[in-house]
Amino acid sequence: MEPDSDWRPTASLDVLKLRASLLARIRAFFARLDVLEVDTPVLSRAASTDPALSSFKTYYHGPGAVKDEPHYLHTSPEFPMKRLLAAGSGSIYQLCKVFRDGESGAQHNPEFTLLEWYRTGFDHLDLMDEVERLVTDVLADIMPIDSVQRWSYRELFVEVAGIDPFTATAAELSTVLQSSYGVTAVGLAVEDKDAWLDLLMTHVIEPRLGNGLIFVHDYPASQAALARLRPGSPPVAARFEVYLNGVELANGFHELADALEQRQRFDIELERRSDGGLETVRMDENLLSALHAGLPNCAGVALGLDRLLMLANGSKCVQDVMAFPFDTA
Amino acid sequence: MASYSTNEFKGGLKIMLDGDPCAIIENEFVKPGKGQAFNRVKIRNLKTGRVIERTFKSGESVEAADVMDVDLQYLYNDGEFWHFMDTSTYEQQAASAEAVADAVKWLKEQDMCEVTLWNGTPLAVTPPNFVMLTVTDTDPGVRGDTSGGGGKPATLETGAVVRVPLFIDVGETLKIDTRSGDYVGRAKE
Repeated sequence: MEPDSDWRPTASLDVLKLRASLLARIRAFFARLDVLEVDTPVLSRAASTDPALSSFKTYYHGPGAVKDEPHYLHTSPEFPMKRLLAAGSGSIYQLCKVFRDGESGAQHNPEFTLLEWYRTGFDHLDLMDEVERLVTDVLADIMPIDSVQRWSYRELFVEVAGIDPFTATAAELSTVLQSSYGVTAVGLAVEDKDAWLDLLMTHVIEPRLGNGLIFVHDYPASQAALARLRPGSPPVAARFEVYLNGVELANGFHELADALEQRQRFDIELERRSDGGLETVRMDENLLSALHAGLPNCAGVALGLDRLLMLANGSKCVQDVMAFPFDTA
Repeated sequence: MASYSTNEFKGGLKIMLDGDPCAIIENEFVKPGKGQAFNRVKIRNLKTGRVIERTFKSGESVEAADVMDVDLQYLYNDGEFWHFMDTSTYEQQAASAEAVADAVKWLKEQDMCEVTLWNGTPLAVTPPNFVMLTVTDTDPGVRGDTSGGGGKPATLETGAVVRVPLFIDVGETLKIDTRSGDYVGRAKE
């Protein structure tokens, strides 16, 4: 390699044009539906408490600075967008850069572009239909979508891996992974059932999803994140994931609107952070106040734009479709 | 004791796994949007050569393996050990049959080999990519047949048997590719 070739963009001009075209199509899609484009802060005093997310931290110095008070780069624009919804914005969308520390690989760049949108009056099933319309519309004449399937989390695990994710114990999941699929894990706590389910999902199920658009919905309550729970036996989280050609593309919720339950989930996550030796962050009190004031019934989803572009372009990694990936940024 | 975090994983890194020194071949970061991050790793066990796959919870640490590759000159075999020497320090190393393994059929005295040392003792021996070896046994050469078709087995001075063209005779020195075991040509005088 010539010594100073790092200045050159990684993505070709054609790919950059394809990126611009996807962005334009997305904006046109929402304009037709009268969904408002919004722009919320990237920096916040509060951060996601999710133990599986790590926020970049920085400090503000200058007029009005509070000594030693960290600010965090957002991992998604979810909290301020919900404040807009609670303030009566109606359905909204945003295209923005988000930042996740510790995430780098063929399908991860620490800084990436997210499309996030919220639809008032929708539940997660309604929003799944809209995701299908958007992806089909945006990829029209760029990439055909082979098929569209909908699976509940439970049905998918039973069908593909032959195990019921709701009744199986962590030990049983670990045994199936090792004996049926040769997946041996190092460092996972024996009792951490969600981690074993994640391992089964990423190592066994995802590689067998095949082509097409696949929706997986009704997650275990323990993986609800910010989704509301639907009572039942067992109760399930009103959450969905979208896979396109085997690649995880989007995650959506019928949004939790209960301020008290949201605070309890933040508290539990902060406790898990401290138990796991992770840095404690400040929970978003403004979000909790907004929920208290009243979040309209809505569903929201976040879609990884770089991954969509990667698939549309037939690339193997997200870095190939970025002008300047993290390594050369 | 030195250790590596999964964040330092990359091809070529030497780590200890199940008590054996191993080299990472491939490292893949896997993470569901909401959920546990993993490093899915392909690893070669440097003792057995076997390739296995393991998944680490991201952020875990593993013990580093004290493994390094050095260029040593092959000296002789005493019936039990194969002896190598560092040509600058004259320090010698004795490699077991287990460490020499398949390389044995290409080892010619005074050739430079890559020896993998683990905690200072030979773990594996890699012969040079090309070696010059003399034919000790083969059917008589068929003069004038340079078609390259057919071929016949020839035994070399190290005991290795390779397929050679029909015109090769006993006493000739041949260039062999040790990675494939293929005849490359006659050694140039």
